[in-house]
Order: sequence, then structure tokens, then C-alpha cells
Amino acid sequence: MTRPTDEPLLSVRNLKTEFVLDEGTVKAVDDVSFDVHPGEVVGIVGESGCGKSATIKSVLRIIEKPGRISSGSIIFQKPGEQPVDLVTLDQRGKHMRAIRGGDIALIPQEPMAAFSPVHTIGNQLIEAIRLHQKVSKQQARDIAIERLKDVSMPNPEQSLKNYSWELSGGLRQRAMIGMALSCRPSLLIADEPTTAIDVTTQAQVLDLLRKLRQQHNSAIIFITHDLGVIAQLADHVVVMYLGRVMESAPIDDIFHRPQHPYTQALLQSIPTLKTVNRSVLPTIDGSIPHPFTRPAGCPFFNRCKDAMPGTCDRHAPEAVNVSATQLVSCFKFQSDGSMERHK
Amino acid sequence: MLQYIIKRLLLLPLLLFIFTIIAFILIQAPPGDFLTSYIAELAASGSSMDRAQIDALRTLYGLDQPMVIQYFKWLGRLLTGDLGVSLDWQRPISELIGDRLTLTLLLGGGTFIFTWLIAIPIGILSATRKYSFFDYFFTVFNYIGVATPTFMTALVLMWISFKYYGINISGLFSAEYVDAPWSLARTLDLLKHLWLPIVILGMDGTARLARVMRANLLDELNKPYMEMARAKGMSEWRLVMKYPVRLALNPLVSTIGWYLPLIFSGSVIVATVMNLPTIGPMLLRALISQDMYLAGTIILIYMVLAVIGTLISDILLVWLDPRIRMEKTG
Repeated sequence: MTRPTDEPLLSVRNLKTEFVLDEGTVKAVDDVSFDVHPGEVVGIVGESGCGKSATIKSVLRIIEKPGRISSGSIIFQKPGEQPVDLVTLDQRGKHMRAIRGGDIALIPQEPMAAFSPVHTIGNQLIEAIRLHQKVSKQQARDIAIERLKDVSMPNPEQSLKNYSWELSGGLRQRAMIGMALSCRPSLLIADEPTTAIDVTTQAQVLDLLRKLRQQHNSAIIFITHDLGVIAQLADHVVVMYLGRVMESAPIDDIFHRPQHPYTQALLQSIPTLKTVNRSVLPTIDGSIPHPFTRPAGCPFFNRCKDAMPGTCDRHAPEAVNVSATQLVSCFKFQSDGSMERHK
Repeated sequence: MLQYIIKRLLLLPLLLFIFTIIAFILIQAPPGDFLTSYIAELAASGSSMDRAQIDALRTLYGLDQPMVIQYFKWLGRLLTGDLGVSLDWQRPISELIGDRLTLTLLLGGGTFIFTWLIAIPIGILSATRKYSFFDYFFTVFNYIGVATPTFMTALVLMWISFKYYGINISGLFSAEYVDAPWSLARTLDLLKHLWLPIVILGMDGTARLARVMRANLLDELNKPYMEMARAKGMSEWRLVMKYPVRLALNPLVSTIGWYLPLIFSGSVIVATVMNLPTIGPMLLRALISQDMYLAGTIILIYMVLAVIGTLISDILLVWLDPRIRMEKTG
């Protein structure tokens, strides 16, 4: 699949987000760039602590102190409207709040914790609608029921009166997705939306997201550590490691022509139908360095089988285009003079 | 919800019955009775009573009867609404405590409102502006508030106002109104005096409550629902007030129960120091002189207040937290 050629809906460039703590500064997001086109599903994959969540929180501008975006830009452009750099907006200001929830909506990791336990689903859904649309409570309630029908919620009227803890995990996540969709956002950000639910329900939620995307052509940024989920849903994949983008490519390239040693290692650690029964799955040696003791150079070099001493442990590689759509951040490709350097 | 409240109300009479027994046992617990301490008092002032007189009084007051009989006589009178006569003051108890009870309620209620009105906003602002100047200022202030005994504050303030302004701030009325019947002027005079004891009595509670509110709210401020509310585009102030403050208040509401009787008993020392005509000092005197019916009545009132307080906080909690509501009714 080739990437759509129209203007990107969201364009993140050289984003850096850091958390200034007493123990030191954690660079949670380090020079991350990627694009999301209208109607496209971009998967961000990586292990825990690789900066996936920090990246999307930066996009939503809900990074709280002591975290802050230190540089970069996040250009958001609704089709037919002026582009706006979200980084320049006041985090708590009116403009950003109108975009948040209105144009860019979040589907959180744990719907149980993301709903207030002492307010009904309806209360929170209607609130989300009325924050962005000038409608009466009754109209908002009708919209809420409509959205719950969109996400195939059984008995939507009743669920409005329920509290989140009265629903099953799957229904809770449906209600959450319904809430995210309440204002027809052009970009949905799903932060590991299937982590907290069982596999059967997971499949249902993924189906639902696929269906919604077809119906409303909304773009989705899908965050997960599960490559299997990515394979089912994403058009384009961004592989992150310790706050940096290792590889960024269309889904087919990632799965069939992975270039970065980290991507390759990740894929090898997934069992496939071809895997011999009872054989030991390859794992990536070592563990992710602690954010405070982050190595100089490429963050992955101490676990990389292709690491080149003297290069990888000294300098950070820049992202290089290995094809028109595939970007790799590795010195293996930088040494090749024919490779065109990415801006 | 309604069913739950009715259930609780039906339990009240049983509780009250048990309380009368406890109250009666408590006031009978010290050795001797009213007459022994009365005789001791007389002896201390140099006069005495002869044997026959003492026996006559003992029969008159029913003190010669077994405890169980005394108890049921007392209970019987209580049920008809007769609180009995104070042995010490020789006046009906209802008449004796009526005015004091009103003033105590006024003082206690005022202190309570003052405490919550000041402490909750301080707690909220401290938590949302954690480690700011405001937060540090009130942290220090709260430590001082918790650490200073209220009677000490009362004494210091009384001394300062007397020494530097020549004003006597004890009591709840100016001299000309102390024994005057209730009138508009007397009420205004009361209000003029009431605020200072309220501030003094409320300082300790305010400091405690603000600290608890700050801690509770800090726990809530990192919850994922905060992030979700932000992601929805809610303004910060609105979402803080709607979600975490609401959840942080829940545990506090359940403390109203024991806060209510605490206001009444807790003010004994301050009321004594400041010469406030409230119920605390009267209980103290009744206990010392073994004025059993008066002491019993006051203790009973404390217990009733504790029950009412608990009931209020239970109802509030059920109203505030649907999770409890479901558990109780479902």
C-alpha cells in the first residue's frame, strides 16, 4: 500500500519532550517525526517506556509538569482549514481545548480508570458533547445515544444511566470509543486500547475501529506493543525505541522488509505458524537502558547484533530514506552514499 | 436510597436505649453519689449536715434504691420528656440546659461551617498548586494550627486584647445582656462576640481538614480520569472541581459523624478559659459534683449527636458515592 499523497492531517517534526526530575532529565520523546494522513491508521510500536504514550500526550498537549515539549512542531491541518502548530498553542487555552476532544480525540488505555467512578457514563458523554457543540442537554443526550449505537452498544439508553464499573470491560471500552467519537474527530488517538481487555473482546474492539474508520474516514494513531494488533489494523508503522524513531514504513515493508536491526529483532521474537513447536523464541538480549543512564549514540547499540563499535556508541544516527516511504535510523544505511538523507 | 435511610432511622430507638444504659453506668461509675460530694463540699466550707437530714435527702432523691431501679425511674421520666431536676442547681434540667444548648449548637455549627469554608478551598488550592508559595505558606500555617492547643490560642488572644486594647473578650455577651431576655439587641450582641470563639475553636480543625483535603486531592490528581477529562477538552478548573475534588471529599464527609460531638466536647477547655456559657463547662461541673441526672442528660445528648452525625455522613456518602449506594441497596 502506498501512502496517500494528499496533505498530511498531522505532521510531527523533530518533537522533543522531556521530564525534568530531581534525578535528572528524561528525554521521553527525542527527535520524533511522523505524518498521519486523513483516513490513515498509523501504528506506533515499541516496548514499555519507549515514549509512545509521551508522544501522543504531546500531540494532545496534555503533558503535565514536570514534563514539557522542549522543541519541534506538531502541525495539525484539518482538510480545508489553516494548519496550526499545536506546540505554539497554550496548553490550557481555548484553542487547544477546542481541538482536544473536538478534532483530536483520545481512546485511553484503561477505560475503567479513565471514567470517573462517581459519574454516570451518560453524564461524562454528554459533557464531552456539550464541551464542543452548542446543543441542549436533551440534544446532547440524543447524540450520545447515536454514538453508542455507532459502537454497537447494546441498549444505549440504559448504558447512559450506568456507571463505568457496572459495565463489562468490552462495553466500557465501547463506551469510551463512543465518547471519543462524540464530536466526530478527524484524528483518533488510541493508546493501547486493547491492553486491558481479553483477547476475544480485543478482536471486537479492533473490528469496531476498522469499521469506524471506513465509515467516517477518520485517521487513527494506534499505540501498542503488540505487533499482531498492528498487522491487523495499521497502514503505516512507526517503530520507537527509547524515545527515538528507529524505523518508519508502510505495514508491508515493516513485516516483509524490515531494515532496522531492532525491527528485525522484534519480528523474530513473535511466534509464527512456521515456528517449530517447543523451540525457544529468540529474544532481544539485554533490557532497555534506564532513562537516566541512557547510552550516548544510538540508544539500541548495546543490544544490537549489528552494532559498529566506534560509530554506534558515539553518534546518534539520523533517519535515512531506504525507499520513498521507508525511513530507517541506523548507521548501516548511512554509510551508503547513495542513500538520500532525510531532512 | 430511601429504604436505606429508613432502615437506619428504625435502628435509632434501639441505639438510644443502649445509650441510656451506657450513660447511666458512666455517671454511676465514680465512687459515692451526689450527696457524698455535697457533704464533702459542705465540710470543706466549714458547715455540716446531720445524719437524719442526709438520709432524708437520700430518700428524696431516690439514691438509696438499687441502681437498676434508679435507672428505670430515670428512663421512665426520659420517655415522658422529663429530663429531671439538677441536684446541684435545684432547677429543672431542661430549663438549665436549654439556653446553653442553643448557644453550643450555634457555636459548634458556626465553627463547623467556618472550618469547612476555609479548609476545603485551602486544601484544593494547595494541592493544585503543589510546592508553590501558597502551598508552603499554608503547610506551615497548618502545622502551627494543628500543634497549638486551642485554649492556648484563646489565652494569648485574650491577653493581647486586654493588654493592648483594654477589651475583655471572654463570654458570649456584653455585661448588660448576660441575663437579659432574648431580643434583637441581644442577638446582635451575641453575633459580635461569637466570631472570635469560632475562629479560635475552628483553627485546629481547619488546619487538620486542609491537610487531609490536600493529601486526598493529590492522590486523585494523577488518576487517569484526569487525563481523560483533559483530553476531552475540559478547562482545568472545571475538571478539577467536577472530578477529583468530588472524589477527595468522599472520605472527608464520613468524618462529619465524629466531628459533630467532638465540637461539643472538644470545646470544654476553651469554653472554660473564655467563660463561654456553653454546655461543656456545665458538664464538667456536673461531673465534679456528681450531679448525676444533669451529667447523664448531657452525655446522652453527646451520644445522640454522634448518632445523628454518623447518620448524616452515611447519607451524604451514599449520595456522593454511587458505588456505596449500589452495595447498600443492591
